[in-house]
Amino acid sequence: MKLKKILPQLLTLLFIILVFGFFTMNAQENMGARGLEFGFGFLKTQASFDIQFSLIDYDGSHTYARAYLVGLLNTLLVAFIGIILATLLGAVIGVARLSPNYLIRKTASFYIEFFRNIPLLLQIFFWYFAALRALPMLEDAPMLLNSSFMTIKGLYTPAPIWTNFDVFFTTIIAAMIIIFFFARYAKKKQEQEGKRLPVFFISLAIFIFLPLLTFLIGGVDLSWSYPVIRQMSQSSYTFDGGLKIPPELIALTLALTLYTATFIAENVRAGIQGIGKGQKEAAASIGLTPNQVLKLVIMPQALRIIIPPTTNQYLNLTKNSSLAAAIAYPDLVLVFAGTAMMQTGRAIEIVGITMATYLTISLGISLLMNWYNKRIAIQEK
Amino acid sequence: MSINKFNILKFNHHKNRNISLILGVLFFSVGIIDFYLNNYFNTNITSFLPRIINFFTPLIFGVIGLHLIRIEFSGIKILDSLNKNINTTNFNAALSVSIILLIIFGLPPLLNWLILDANFTGDSKEACTGGGACWVYIKVWFNRFMYGMYPNAEQWRVNLTFIAVLVFMAAGFFTPTRLRNYLSLYYVLILPIISFILIYFIVSGGSFGLVWVETGAWGGLSLTFMVSFFSLIFCFPLGMMLALGRRSNLPIVKYSSLSFIEFWRGVPLITVLFMSAVMFPMFLPDGTYIDKLIRVVVAITLFEAAYTAEVIRGGLQALPRGQYDAAKSLGMGYWRMHVFVILPQALKLVIPGIANTFLALIKDTPLIFVVGLLELVGMLNLAKTNPKWLGFSMEGYVFAGIIFWIICYSMSKYSQNLELKYKTDR
Repeated sequence: MKLKKILPQLLTLLFIILVFGFFTMNAQENMGARGLEFGFGFLKTQASFDIQFSLIDYDGSHTYARAYLVGLLNTLLVAFIGIILATLLGAVIGVARLSPNYLIRKTASFYIEFFRNIPLLLQIFFWYFAALRALPMLEDAPMLLNSSFMTIKGLYTPAPIWTNFDVFFTTIIAAMIIIFFFARYAKKKQEQEGKRLPVFFISLAIFIFLPLLTFLIGGVDLSWSYPVIRQMSQSSYTFDGGLKIPPELIALTLALTLYTATFIAENVRAGIQGIGKGQKEAAASIGLTPNQVLKLVIMPQALRIIIPPTTNQYLNLTKNSSLAAAIAYPDLVLVFAGTAMMQTGRAIEIVGITMATYLTISLGISLLMNWYNKRIAIQEK
Repeated sequence: MSINKFNILKFNHHKNRNISLILGVLFFSVGIIDFYLNNYFNTNITSFLPRIINFFTPLIFGVIGLHLIRIEFSGIKILDSLNKNINTTNFNAALSVSIILLIIFGLPPLLNWLILDANFTGDSKEACTGGGACWVYIKVWFNRFMYGMYPNAEQWRVNLTFIAVLVFMAAGFFTPTRLRNYLSLYYVLILPIISFILIYFIVSGGSFGLVWVETGAWGGLSLTFMVSFFSLIFCFPLGMMLALGRRSNLPIVKYSSLSFIEFWRGVPLITVLFMSAVMFPMFLPDGTYIDKLIRVVVAITLFEAAYTAEVIRGGLQALPRGQYDAAKSLGMGYWRMHVFVILPQALKLVIPGIANTFLALIKDTPLIFVVGLLELVGMLNLAKTNPKWLGFSMEGYVFAGIIFWIICYSMSKYSQNLELKYKTDR
């Protein structure tokens, strides 16, 4: 009886040890033959390659570690923008799919069926190589909203110039903390006295007016630097000032958003459909207004169904952002697993670090989700 | 009694219904016609209106029209169903009109580009004179898009192999009842071996008087099918083992399966392919060389096996406990219980999930460009850099999009049908 339990485990262990041992042995031999030594010391050496688009200060004289950070930040940037846009679009489309209006319902399902059945990579290529390449040259670009230019080289928008930005930023964080405590206080008050405070509007007011106040008394100032076209030579132009958003970022965000939104829309639809009609009727019958029914009865239950699969989609979006390498947007994979590896030849360390980074993000969010799911799960007795 | 928020424009239902109807239709048509003329003939019949209103006239006219024809219980069938479906409130009417205007705005240029102004005949770039798409490009490059760099004279070999594999796959449906029990064995073990032998000897060649074609020359849509077919076939048994391993109560088996699954699910496919391309050779003894295509198939198999494992685990969990208890009470051991009682039921439950995994797999295959294998999308990128055919990337991507869409859409519809079919069973 005992042997039956030990033998399979022993075999599994043996198999794992054999595979890993075989690989490690070979790797040591191969690296020895190439004169490489396993280690992460190369991270501190000078990278000496340029990165087209970077959120932090970077040039060739910085280290590989900093190049890694640039790549990681670029990945997170795409993921962050993509998640926000995909959530908004997905929520709208998901609700639209349940609309009583025939045209809207059909348009929404057409959108979903269209975008989810085309490979994401193909969509990225389409936006980058076909659609965005059809935009006008710098000198022919029309002005949008009196300030921005959508050109073949990217989107040029006004850039904010802050004075005392740190004061402004601190106030925003302070506002968030105040809102958090206010919400707790309001909840307590409702439980004790049965009175509901207009939490949402007061929070919104705090969030808007507190930071605005710093303009008056905190010495915070905001001005805009507008992009202005300048002729460099006969046929070459450039923009001075402003903020340049590269076409790679636009194409990638667009494709990721449109693709992921279809999945989020389906989650939203499933969540709303998952709430029984009786819930709505029961809530209405105890005298809640339609808004309260939505806010207090439908949404909390629908969110419980929507959030777990949607987090999964957020993770997918983050992982899919690695397709950036295909259109040369300098994300983690392109900068680190691409350029840095070509230069150093340290395949094992670099691919290892890249995978470990994605793994950390995925597992971190998974753990957070498991904790959240446990918290919101219906307490059954 | 019907309550309408503003009744200024509303006539008494019974008395002036017809006037309301005629006026409504008139307003609606004026809105649509105005928009149409604006877009395609550059004439503006409502230019006497102030400029800000002018831009929105089609929308405003359309909504007023729909508001006027919103008559409850009119007795006219078409009107009633129209009101019920697209015209319940003013807000809904505005949305409906916007969508109608959007279709008028988008559809004709799209049709023009795709079909009416497009060029279908000829065999060089010069044949494309119209303003529409240049399908000549697709026609000229069609063989490349389907077979990659596979020599033209040898392409019958790829076709033959595909037909043969399809015949062997279909053979499962016509097996006599006596052999039905061995069907899963056939699909899991024998079919992959047969297909591999076919591909090895016919597509790859090198023996029986066939010219050897290296895997680097394979490509196009046929490569997409090959990679996804083999990955699916191999990832299924592996995923099954992992799913069972994860539910095992032996700690070492359980946690090694768990970490295997979580590892592959946590990393993007592109890094896995990177790993197979640059990192994996470092792990092999010096001098061993494994073909690129095989490495890719193994990488995708491991990756998808983790997802398949989670799908199958879902099926295992969905089975009622009674099934396990019943099997145990008959004195069945672990393997007998799973092979004869649990897995046949669980696998039936997860067929739609597996179909979805396969769908994701097909959509992931274009990524193999990372290691230099060019399937359909990779071939498009190669073709668009050809100096003789510059500037046709749009046509290429639209073509590939249509092909992938047809494949994926039909598969997803099929899996939805299966889902419905198996739902009614329980």
